[in-house]
Amino acid sequence: MGAIGVIAVNAFRESLRDKILYNLVLFAGLLIGLSVLLADLSITEHHKVIADMGLAAINLIGVIIAMFVGISLVNKEIERRTIYTIMARPISRSFFIMGKYFGLALTLLVNMSVMLAVFLLTLWLYHIPIEQSLFQAVQLMFVEILVVTAIALFFSTFTSSTLSAIFTLGLYVIGHLTADLRAMVANSEGMIGKVVVDLLYYLCPNLEMLNIKGQAAVGVAAAPEYMLLASLYGLLYAGVLLTGACLVFQRRDF
Amino acid sequence: MDDIVTEDLSKSYPSGWPGRPPFVALDGLSLTVRRGEIFGFLGPNGAGKTTTLKILLGLVRATSGRALLLGQPAGDVATRRRIGFLPESPYFYDYLTAEEFLGFYGQLAGLSRAVTTERANNLIQLVGLGEARTRQLRKFSKGMLQRIGLAQALIHDPELVILDEPMTGLDPVGRKQVRDLILSLRDQGKTVFFSTHILHDVEMICDRIGIVMKGRLVANGRIDELVRQNHIRSVEIVCQHVKTEGNALIHSLATRVLQQGQQCLIVLPSPDAVDALVAEIRRQGGRLLSVTPHKASLEDLFFHEAAQAVSHVSAHMTGGRAS
Repeated sequence: MGAIGVIAVNAFRESLRDKILYNLVLFAGLLIGLSVLLADLSITEHHKVIADMGLAAINLIGVIIAMFVGISLVNKEIERRTIYTIMARPISRSFFIMGKYFGLALTLLVNMSVMLAVFLLTLWLYHIPIEQSLFQAVQLMFVEILVVTAIALFFSTFTSSTLSAIFTLGLYVIGHLTADLRAMVANSEGMIGKVVVDLLYYLCPNLEMLNIKGQAAVGVAAAPEYMLLASLYGLLYAGVLLTGACLVFQRRDF
Repeated sequence: MDDIVTEDLSKSYPSGWPGRPPFVALDGLSLTVRRGEIFGFLGPNGAGKTTTLKILLGLVRATSGRALLLGQPAGDVATRRRIGFLPESPYFYDYLTAEEFLGFYGQLAGLSRAVTTERANNLIQLVGLGEARTRQLRKFSKGMLQRIGLAQALIHDPELVILDEPMTGLDPVGRKQVRDLILSLRDQGKTVFFSTHILHDVEMICDRIGIVMKGRLVANGRIDELVRQNHIRSVEIVCQHVKTEGNALIHSLATRVLQQGQQCLIVLPSPDAVDALVAEIRRQGGRLLSVTPHKASLEDLFFHEAAQAVSHVSAHMTGGRAS
């Protein structure tokens, strides 16, 4: 196993022994269970409410883990000084960053798989048809979570945990709003507003592109081309951020 | 062959405020550590010891100067395969067991799983943690953490071992174990470079030492040479049948005269006055019983250099205020 693999497996092992992640996955299970209660209260569209809430729960918990574990991924190593003995080994700083990233990605994959399994079980118990669109929505959610992890990791290579959390949360919110903002200012006459929104649109990740939960809940599948394009976009954006994180981390003093 | 060479190594950190001078952590440090020796790097807290070690390991970039480890520039990734490092007050992944911990560091050093397991088993026994091998590090005492830290520094059988305050937190038995381990590393032909402020340990095991104060290397060499060249603190002369009372010569030479019956103890401030005093004893027909030079200890040298560093800084500050 290469150095990246050794670091990744250790990061995965760390998360497996962290009880907080278990609690979050349990919380997701409770949210999915709650969706059944809410569906009973609603007058119509029981199926849609359960599917909507189930997907939202998976997404929310996935993003929370990506954001907060991603932020602490590097900062914790520096604050607790575990980085000293790692960096004294024959591995490059970029390999360390990549190993940590892939370790968390593996953790998220396992967590999302568990949450998906609970979700599918709930649908099956209530005789709700399991559509392909649900899997598509979860696939793009995972891509979104990979982007959020890369954002959190990028900021944590040069700022404190608190600032990283603020920046990551900010970018996540903007990433879901830029497309709407751009549509809103498209017809306005103010040039400055247009330029600023255009700049945000192209610089920030377009996370709304990775959000197909609404249509998935009602069983409308996305075109394969869209799935491919959206996935590639997200992975490319995460790759650029990861490269940036490696470059910043190369120059850092401990 | 020198395993560590630093030339005019400096590190300063910006103050963060415009107009305020940067904080100088290291100021032109030049030293060499020879292959197969134990080198003690001494200095009070904040003197620049850890900064030096961090530069050597590539954790921190030097502002200026040059550092070579095993003939390669400091921070060279491939060279780190031949270096073992234990940081000060080590913090490790406390969710790992001792076995998993050593396995992780062995694999990071590029060892196969089989070799890692074999070496981990041997090292766990060597550092006396055989019974705690499957225990998570979060349940380890400070001394146990220090010992497992030493084991991780040695898991890949390095040529050069760098230890930052390896005796900190250990009880006397633990300290002796670490001293013996360091000596056994030298017997295996390895070079050991360690920082400390526990002078007793340094005196017992080091071939050479360097003393760093306020970021500067103020002494460097063998302990006996450094102590000899710098200070013979005093000379004690014991004699009989010598009349000291009212003797102007003896009182002018001595810092202390103690008459106990026929026997007399005379303390001289330096060896320079020994000949004159012995001549006076002979002139009086007295009997010379012993001449004992009291050499300064490493502790004396350390405090002497520390006092000089403080006075240097005070003078500098006073000069700065005056100007």
